[in-house]
Amino acid sequence: MFEMIIPAFIVGGTICVIGQLLMDLTKPTFTPAHVLVSFVSGGAILGALGVYEPLVKIGGAGATIPLSGFGYTLAKGAMEAVEKRGILGAFSGGVEATAVGIAAAVFFGYLMSVAFKPKG
Amino acid sequence: MADQTLRKPSISVTPEKYQALTQQYTPKPTISKNVVRAFIVGGIICSIGQLFINFFITLGMVRVEASTAATATMIFLGALLTGLGVYDEIGKFAGAGSIVPVTGFANSIVAPAMEFRREGYVMGVGAKLFTVAGPVLVYGIATSIVVGFVYFFLH
Amino acid sequence: MNGDDITVNLKRVGNQTVVFDNPPVILSSYSVVGPKEGKGPLGKTFDKVWNDGLHGEKSWEVAESKMLQEAMQGAMNQASVQKEEIDFMLAGDLLNQIISSNFAARQMALPFIGLYGACSTMALSLAVGSMLIDGGFAEKILVGVSSHHDTAERQYRLPTEQGAQRAMSAQWTVTGAGSVLLGRSGEGPRVTSATIGRVIDFAIKDVNNMGAAMAPAVADTILNHCQDMQLKPVDYNLIASGDLGAIGLSLACELLKQSGLDTGTSFTDCGVMIYDESQDSHAGASGCGCSSVVFAGDIMQRIKAGELQKVMLVGSGALHSPTSALQGESIPGIGHAVVIEG
Repeated sequence: MFEMIIPAFIVGGTICVIGQLLMDLTKPTFTPAHVLVSFVSGGAILGALGVYEPLVKIGGAGATIPLSGFGYTLAKGAMEAVEKRGILGAFSGGVEATAVGIAAAVFFGYLMSVAFKPKG
Repeated sequence: MADQTLRKPSISVTPEKYQALTQQYTPKPTISKNVVRAFIVGGIICSIGQLFINFFITLGMVRVEASTAATATMIFLGALLTGLGVYDEIGKFAGAGSIVPVTGFANSIVAPAMEFRREGYVMGVGAKLFTVAGPVLVYGIATSIVVGFVYFFLH
Repeated sequence: MNGDDITVNLKRVGNQTVVFDNPPVILSSYSVVGPKEGKGPLGKTFDKVWNDGLHGEKSWEVAESKMLQEAMQGAMNQASVQKEEIDFMLAGDLLNQIISSNFAARQMALPFIGLYGACSTMALSLAVGSMLIDGGFAEKILVGVSSHHDTAERQYRLPTEQGAQRAMSAQWTVTGAGSVLLGRSGEGPRVTSATIGRVIDFAIKDVNNMGAAMAPAVADTILNHCQDMQLKPVDYNLIASGDLGAIGLSLACELLKQSGLDTGTSFTDCGVMIYDESQDSHAGASGCGCSSVVFAGDIMQRIKAGELQKVMLVGSGALHSPTSALQGESIPGIGHAVVIEG
């Protein structure tokens, strides 16, 4: 039950540190939204180059829970679907591989937004 | 820039010099402290994610499935903590440590949607869910399609 | 027709200043604030403290408008003045189309002049109101200015529940509404002169550092005021900008020093006064409610107690919008000064 916890902690923490440095060392116009967008796109590119895969092997959730992991899954899904279905796979693969995450985000997001009031 | 024929500002400092002055007087972010906090909180969040993966594996899921389920669980927790008004407090402390994990993604979905509920369920909640999630999905999906294309033509 | 043909006894002095022949009287003042302001060092100086920012209303915007009404009603009650006696209501706030003021004006049903000067709105309203009275257009004028942390945050920055860190230079928008009743005659401190500021833009683009964006405008207005009136900062017991925050205040001091004007110890800032270190406000407070409640509360009380005889309130406004900021425009600043003598 407790295997991979330490590697997940170290890899995940390190990825977050990169995000923190991105925010603190760039202009203030670089908002949390910019960080998230950079991590998704960055994760997808690193995934395509085959750099992210080893990180997932070593770090487990440490690499998949950060949003770069979402990008990696998108890219991996697109490439695997291209293998099976050709060019159409480029369109379907990414969204298929991440469908659970996207749907969960929309559904839980909606549920919580309706259930709670902001405290201010 | 202002028309040169107009009466000049009475202060005898040029805008260029003022930029330097501003930099001098503005406190820098406390990077070392921020980095340590981001590392610890980010690490903890990912460790919790790992616990869920391990738990789902003991339930008989294969690793990839367990990982997906863990991500969905973390999204649920991030959304719940935002609704309870806890996540913004974590974020104040942790910075990127709680923005970069998928729980932060959930926070960026719920926070605007919840706040704009007073503007209605369609143009308020429905539209604002995607304030940050929209750009993330646009760039994430677009990048994956480009990756798919490149992969197709290389093979 | 040539302008020289008419002889007008102009009340304008120097480049930007007006001096009132019959200085309008501040008949009363009233302040309502949110819980955070109530817990701050000036907590006891406010007339009313709300326990929460929503105050049982259906939205923060409605609450802000209610707060403004409460403050204006409070000022009228304190002077025992009825609505019918008031000629004009002057009000402003931070929201798009100044809705808090518009909706408060709907309830007040007074002839209404809406003003926008971002955080400088209190000083601007006092200046315009005083001009109307001294110009003979009004007997009594009700001034009200508000801001609300939660309405301003969602318009200008991020949703309140977003887990993001605020920059060290960021300022905290005050939840508060201040109101002042001006009259042509009566007992009380008087508004003796006003300096209307020019928009000064020194190319600061960081929306998390508005104090820095406004400091040049404040310094410029103080310089012009002193030059127009042939006075020095030491002639005032207090020069309070509202609200530059800690960074903006140091920058304004530095700019004035480099321009040959020593402000001494009398120069402070409403945004620095309202919160203390422990309240996590970073560089201090902002929002037009800040200078309005600090003026209507603390400053007015000290003038009435005789502790201060001559005060200059310099309202400072950052005149950008979220749209202009996203489009990469720099932040234009403005400073308006009014002088109040006890």
